Amino acid sequence: MEQRNTVIHLEHVRKEFSVDNRFFSKGKRTVKAVNDLTLDIKKGEILGLVGESGSGKTTLARVILSLTKITGGSVLVDGVDIGKASKEEKKEFRRKVAVMFQDPASNLNPRETVESSIMRPLVLHGMPKKEARKKALETLRSVKMDERYLYSYPHQLSGGQLQRIAIARALAIDPQIMILDEPTSALDVSVQAQILNLLLDLQEQRNLTYLVITHDLNVIRYISDRVVVMYLGKMVEVGPTDVICTNPSHPYTKALMAASPILDPTLRGREKSIMKGDPGSLIHLPEGCHFHPRCPCAMALCAKEEPGCTALAEDHQVWCHLCK
Amino acid sequence: MNASPFREFLRSCYKNLNFIVGFIMLLSVILTAAFAPKIAPYYFEGGNPNAKFTSPCPEYILGTDNMGRDLFSRIVYGTRITLKVALIGGTIQLFLGVVVGLFCGFYGGVVDRFMLFFADLTWCVPGMVMALAVVTVIGSNLTNAIIAIALVNWASMARTVRAKTMSLKNMAFIETGVAFGESNLALMFRYILPNIVPALIVMVSMSLPGTIMSTTTLSFLGVGSQPPSPDWGLMVSDGIKYITKAPWLAIYPGLALVYTVLSFTILGEGLRDLLDPRMKSLG
Amino acid sequence: MSEELLRLENVCIDYKVRDGYLSAVKDVSFHINRSEIFAIVGESGCGKSTVAHSIMRLLGKNAKVTGSILFNGRDLQALSDKEITGVRGHDIGMIFQNPLDSLNPVYTTGNQVNEAIMLDGVDKLEGWKKVIELYKDIKMPDPEKRARAFPHEMSGGMRQRVMIAMMLSRNPALLIADEPTTALDVTIEAQILEIISQLKREFHTAIMLITHNFGLVAEVADRVAIMYAGELVEEGNVYEVFAHPVHPYTRLLMAALPRQTKREGRLQTIDGTVPRLTESKPGCRFANRCPLAKEICFDQDPPVRRLSGTHSFQCFFAEEVE
Repeated sequence: MEQRNTVIHLEHVRKEFSVDNRFFSKGKRTVKAVNDLTLDIKKGEILGLVGESGSGKTTLARVILSLTKITGGSVLVDGVDIGKASKEEKKEFRRKVAVMFQDPASNLNPRETVESSIMRPLVLHGMPKKEARKKALETLRSVKMDERYLYSYPHQLSGGQLQRIAIARALAIDPQIMILDEPTSALDVSVQAQILNLLLDLQEQRNLTYLVITHDLNVIRYISDRVVVMYLGKMVEVGPTDVICTNPSHPYTKALMAASPILDPTLRGREKSIMKGDPGSLIHLPEGCHFHPRCPCAMALCAKEEPGCTALAEDHQVWCHLCK
Repeated sequence: MNASPFREFLRSCYKNLNFIVGFIMLLSVILTAAFAPKIAPYYFEGGNPNAKFTSPCPEYILGTDNMGRDLFSRIVYGTRITLKVALIGGTIQLFLGVVVGLFCGFYGGVVDRFMLFFADLTWCVPGMVMALAVVTVIGSNLTNAIIAIALVNWASMARTVRAKTMSLKNMAFIETGVAFGESNLALMFRYILPNIVPALIVMVSMSLPGTIMSTTTLSFLGVGSQPPSPDWGLMVSDGIKYITKAPWLAIYPGLALVYTVLSFTILGEGLRDLLDPRMKSLG
Repeated sequence: MSEELLRLENVCIDYKVRDGYLSAVKDVSFHINRSEIFAIVGESGCGKSTVAHSIMRLLGKNAKVTGSILFNGRDLQALSDKEITGVRGHDIGMIFQNPLDSLNPVYTTGNQVNEAIMLDGVDKLEGWKKVIELYKDIKMPDPEKRARAFPHEMSGGMRQRVMIAMMLSRNPALLIADEPTTALDVTIEAQILEIISQLKREFHTAIMLITHNFGLVAEVADRVAIMYAGELVEEGNVYEVFAHPVHPYTRLLMAALPRQTKREGRLQTIDGTVPRLTESKPGCRFANRCPLAKEICFDQDPPVRRLSGTHSFQCFFAEEVE
């Protein structure tokens, strides 16, 4: 793999929320949704982000999109610190990074036609209306949709069609980076295949960078080059997709892989450790390694000390005492 | 495929009896107000001193009052006042409710808490008492009465707008808007507002009867419209004095009021059936 | 033990809609044996949930069900309202996708399970003991404490366990699980699947698993039926169907599953869209998207053909591709 430039650099990023938001409350409890996370996303790669609910993966996406203010660290996009960016730089950033959320039904303004939904970001970034209209049609075709849908309203379209239009709108401003938050989890298998293929085709044609967030490991394995595994706000393992999927090192990643439904009944008898317990809560974070209460190989040390980063290979890091 | 929501809406309107009845009733009120001079046989001032307390007869269909003025003509002209109340009162409430509700719901935080506290305060004092206090301070006339009532009623509108804004604010299409660089104002007025318009229409048509009734009550109490205005509240209050001698003086303006208020209520019911399912589908 | 428990014979379900009928399920026949897991898979709108609800007679008044649904030899369609209430819960239990909707927020979960137990005439204290026992059966951690917890104090996985416990309390012969794990994380999903397999092993409960997720089918099902647009296109032993899917729809769908990485090639997609099901006219409903379709497919219902004693499909041409 050739050396690629970093497009997004996260440096010790923290995001904390305070939960008690009442008039008369004394001690405020905080939720550490993203806890000291450092990560590089390289140009042209598809980075998969997996984790259970409460792992902070969606918060991380919102942090990168600057939809929420970070409480520590910094986010650099193309070398520009978003927290300190000027108005011009911020506008440039908005053009560079696009997003698509999970729910097809709420991704588009229900009161706008498809055309005006796609045109809106273009007009906002200073394109004349006439040109924007042409571009909207062009982008609609690039996601393989018929132009007769230009004047439809969201409620007249199916989930797959809505997701295509959401992609079209994200692409219309020619972004370099796309954040895809559960892009296919609300879709049927056959539609999911269409959308995944479309996303891959577009990525290859335009050399886009994707951050794909999902809980579906089969999707991650299919689409991504590199995988980040998160648990309760922290990264536990990061590495190339085939290593993470076939030979994971962190006990959590192992358990996650084992829990992921296989698509072949003959593999039923495989060795499988079902993880006990629920995903922990971000409010009552355990001491030491966040995973130790559920970990099958927890040691005394795990309850006391947070594990540091261990590099197993140049591109494969894991946060676990066992792997030292 | 390209049927706009508006056209779909029109189609479903035909099937809604409440909407049709309410609409026709309201239309008749509006037309009466618009063509008052054509419909009313007399002007609302300057009666015939020789025809005081005439009971309903072909010349004066609804009779005359203590100054010999034709009651029918006065009721017809009074329609204008009632609609003026609805229009101005509704606009003030709508404006305040939308602006305050949108800003509070969108920004939250300190501004929101302050406004909520203020809105709660207006709810602690009975509306009529509050309106009376306001009118006493700023002076007794119709415009002030309308303002007073609007100042009392806007809070509930603002609360609803705020609640809807808060639930819409977290929807994906708003976040996507932020992500491609929409300004906060655009988010509020381009994204959120159009999505609460159906609810607003219903809210306004449902709150107008209250506004009309309250303003009429102020006039009835003598702190709203002043004589010789053909305000229905004023007419009822004058008529009460002669209720045994000439009962029509209090009854007919009252009926006109009921008719107008009903037209808004029925229309509102119909609109709610038509527009709210749509809102539900938005989540 | 392969005694037949439930049999659906030529079941058609039509919904009365604004302008005419919607044929949601067309001529579906299958059976479920005791102590087996039978999965119905299909994409949204294929009628799988409608079939499940029709068994419990939970469909709205605008639905018309024809054909016969036999449970233990009794026609469920012919039962009176009182009799069907007896069947529900006692003979057939059902769990849904979102357990929060199915639990009453103002009672503790233990109380609600106990309520179900008391329906069978058990007294309250006895029932409570049974609740704790059930919670142990479904491997609920800390059962005594959890039984005193309210639904909102539990996670999604816990709530789904409570639902299973509630169903289990009356020991039904058949449990219908409608997308039981769709709202849950994969690790929790694996736990629930484990419990479902355990129900089959230890209590010999037959389970009808309604899902869109082939992963679940591959994990736990014994037999599987694939539905498309209200038709049952293929049915058989899970190993046979996965190893050798026959119907063009099943083949395409299996190829659309993301099993490989992108380097091994793109996923298969299925062109076209599901037809509108406004009338039940003859012809295969997959014909407009089918690569094998010929004229006959549009005019005549495909026959049910058998590949083996435990594997059948509905298609004219399917076995011609290889």
